[in-house]
Amino acid sequence: MTCSEFLALLDDLIDDSVNTETRTELEKHLKGCEHCEVTFNTTRKTIEIYRSHEIYELPSGLRERLHAAIMSRCKKGC
Amino acid sequence: MATIQPIAGENEQHPDVALVERVRAGDVSAYDTLVRKYERQIFRIAQHITQNREDAEDVMQDAFLKAYEKLDQFQGNSKFYTWLVRIAVNESLMRLRKRRTGKMVSIDEDVETEEGSVPRDLADWAPDPEQNYTQSELAEILRKTIQGLPQGFRIVFVLRDVEGLSTEETAETLGLSIPAVKSRLLRARLQLRERLSRYFRRKKGGEK
Ligand SMILES: [Zn+2]
Repeated sequence: MTCSEFLALLDDLIDDSVNTETRTELEKHLKGCEHCEVTFNTTRKTIEIYRSHEIYELPSGLRERLHAAIMSRCKKGC
Repeated sequence: MATIQPIAGENEQHPDVALVERVRAGDVSAYDTLVRKYERQIFRIAQHITQNREDAEDVMQDAFLKAYEKLDQFQGNSKFYTWLVRIAVNESLMRLRKRRTGKMVSIDEDVETEEGSVPRDLADWAPDPEQNYTQSELAEILRKTIQGLPQGFRIVFVLRDVEGLSTEETAETLGLSIPAVKSRLLRARLQLRERLSRYFRRKKGGEK
């Protein structure tokens, strides 16, 4: 397996959507290629960091404003 | 391994379905439950698309209100969450168009770039790169980095990787083909990785 073949399957490997046979080949490539190993690990880490950090906090008071708006519509409609 | 889990299995009934039924029957408190469940996600999506806090606040309000009013049109064959996300994405794009009057805004914008399609900067990262920054520094780095991505890549990454939509749901929400979503996702991930390397690379000489 070449590095570009590995890269083409990188997302599937990260998302765990490869079959066992392909996975074995990908892992074999990873063992012998530092370049792809770094790419794989740091890309996975990139996703993990964005998933685990709240970078836009919900402003306070927003929910209450929304609730009031919904209630006023509800009085008219239901 | 960081796998992305779908919100619920295909066959079992999603708990949102029961909440939606209750709202339809006139129980507004069930809608509050749905708001609490998804307000953060919807606000984040709006903020990622509009890149403007006021707009994101308005989008969140409008999206939930619109969903409330249109609840009768909601078909049980899609998830409430993805239906709501679709409304929020459309509202966000509308806001953008209003702000940039005269300029076409679409999710197809700015995607003609080869950046990140082949990884160049291959410095490995420190073992726990986040530890070198305070929470607020880190949030700033993450915001700056993702804001620099082309819009069409950013939305795909946010929906698919951050907010947990499947590739199919992301494609449907954005009106893109599945191969288009996949190719944007790969390039978004690689570009973010490359940009973050500036901050997270392992320093020479063994120190972090
Ligand atoms: Zn390789």
